[in-house]
Amino acid sequence: MSILIDKDTKVVVQGLTGREGQFHALRNREYGTNIVAGTRPGKGGEEIEGIPIFDSVREAISETEANTALVFVPPKFAGDAILEASEAGCRLVVCITEGIPAKDEAKVYDEIVNNYKTKLLGPNCPGLISPGKSNVGIMPHEITKSGKTGVVSRSGTLTYQAVHELTQIDIGQSTCVGIGGDPVPGLSFIDILSLFEEDEDTDSVVMIGEIGGTSEEEASEFISSSMSKPVVAYIAGLTAPPGKKMGHAGAIISGTKGTAKAKIDALRKAGANVVSDPTELGIALRSLL
Amino acid sequence: MDLFEYQGKKLYKKYNIPTPKSVLLDNLENLEKIDITQLNYPLVIKAQVQVGGRGKAGGIRLVNNKEEMIDASSEILGMDIKGHVVEKLLIEEASEIEDEYYISFTLDRSKKQYLMLLSSQGGMDIEEVAKNNPDDLVRVYIPPSKGLDKKTLNQAILDARLSNNLKEEIYEIILSLYNLFTIGDCDLVEVNPLAVIKGGKVLALDSKITLDMNAAFRHEEFDKFEKEIPIPKTEQIAKEKGLNFIKLDGSVGIIGNGAGLVMSTLDVVSLEGGSAANFLDIGGGAKAETVSAALEVLANDQDVKSVLINIIGGITRCDLVANGIVDATKGKNLPWKIVVRLDGTNAQEGRGILQENPHENIIVAENMKDAARIAVGE
Repeated sequence: MSILIDKDTKVVVQGLTGREGQFHALRNREYGTNIVAGTRPGKGGEEIEGIPIFDSVREAISETEANTALVFVPPKFAGDAILEASEAGCRLVVCITEGIPAKDEAKVYDEIVNNYKTKLLGPNCPGLISPGKSNVGIMPHEITKSGKTGVVSRSGTLTYQAVHELTQIDIGQSTCVGIGGDPVPGLSFIDILSLFEEDEDTDSVVMIGEIGGTSEEEASEFISSSMSKPVVAYIAGLTAPPGKKMGHAGAIISGTKGTAKAKIDALRKAGANVVSDPTELGIALRSLL
Repeated sequence: MDLFEYQGKKLYKKYNIPTPKSVLLDNLENLEKIDITQLNYPLVIKAQVQVGGRGKAGGIRLVNNKEEMIDASSEILGMDIKGHVVEKLLIEEASEIEDEYYISFTLDRSKKQYLMLLSSQGGMDIEEVAKNNPDDLVRVYIPPSKGLDKKTLNQAILDARLSNNLKEEIYEIILSLYNLFTIGDCDLVEVNPLAVIKGGKVLALDSKITLDMNAAFRHEEFDKFEKEIPIPKTEQIAKEKGLNFIKLDGSVGIIGNGAGLVMSTLDVVSLEGGSAANFLDIGGGAKAETVSAALEVLANDQDVKSVLINIIGGITRCDLVANGIVDATKGKNLPWKIVVRLDGTNAQEGRGILQENPHENIIVAENMKDAARIAVGE
């Protein structure tokens, strides 16, 4: 088992005809992910490397029974693309696109929560991978290894860093999930932690947060009240200056809110093992298993 | 991106938010060119700096005639306020204030809704009001897909105990500020104070606005504003090269791939007793040219005493990064040592390339901590 994706996952790629969309969709397919369709308005009827293109997600679903959307559409149109997939009935939408205006994100999130059953992962995220089974997004599968540790992170490269460390010392991963670095992500730390807690094939969790917002503090409360599985955590941005967006749109200390110290303190209080260097995540987890 | 007050007030005009009449002055020699005669004394001279406490620092002055205006302007222009040099002045008509309110719009990331804060206790630090008189601060959460409706806004004005006589004007102004926040794609709109002035007018006296630059594609003024905001030379060079760069105070130049990893590198450098000179993210899938460009940017920063290149290969291939490092440094005298840490996709090949093309100033480190220690060390 794994969370969010499994052997029944059938993916429609929105923006398959773009350079990035095509590159990663084909990599995902090569890995064994069931990529069944692509969409691009006006290009319906064409195909890319055997993947049929449709004008809309609705058509793609009725022809191929796709249930998961992977979004590579440019920022200007990405909000509408996410809503289109949600309205068409996708159970999971994974949005890789970076640079979507915050107002668009906030509206999309609000509409999904009020009107659809869809789960949204991202935007501005690397997607998720269940090693050996399925990869939906841009994570490098080469550094992963199948196993029982769940990984959840706001940062792409720090996810790779953590996964790499784990694999090096022979700790495999059940599912690695990037929730993204934007101010209004769809699925939150709490959502993913609760899925890991329920997942029979996950026995421990690595969580990677960063400055900005309070989602790590909220996750701490959940860890303290509802998690039985061990959590090892790392928070980036201890030395980041306030008021500057550190690469990610959501990585900003606003006034006194969103500091790394507050997050580290909250996680420690909740019983998580917080390391001060991301390369120590693997060793720290080993000591707990 | 944080705007200057005068830029925020340009947006006020666009969104029909009443604000005092004003002119902008950047040089006393230009005084003849600007139409200051349209303004009625007394005037307020306000230093345009992006830092709090300009009033206390002498950056705001009330003047009653032309002579005083010239004196005050020449004193404030060029003044250093907490490290910010005053390059522009906003000269505006003074208002006789009867009441000061506070209003702001932001996104509450935890609730994933817009947050309006409203208070009759404006003119002071709102965090203080929140702490000492929490009842004087009205919080209204606004669902982004529904927006701010009439009933909610009227109730908020009532709850905040704003002037009953002026509630229609206040309603219109708040609605316009909400439009500026949403349609105008601002991360923050804060007016402190929103003032009731003698005679019963309501004016937005100050402006604190942060723009969401992700929305620049639908607002042509965003780029114009950006060009008016001075940034350090190295940041300018980095921007021209399309790199994500932030200047910091330390001496270790940092290059990494991915925002999280770069942030993390700054932290590890600090743990080893050093401090970073910058944040520089070369992004995913970086090629040799990107690495050369990043090194060029650091070469323009005199504060940099050593460089740490920290790469975890995913989509980015370490061999390509190594080629970039070799291309950029081969046969050249380097002003500093470069410590390189490569891990992940094709790290072995990458390290091999660096070993086959040795440079006396390039050191390959085993892991992130060692890399940081060597970069920090003498």
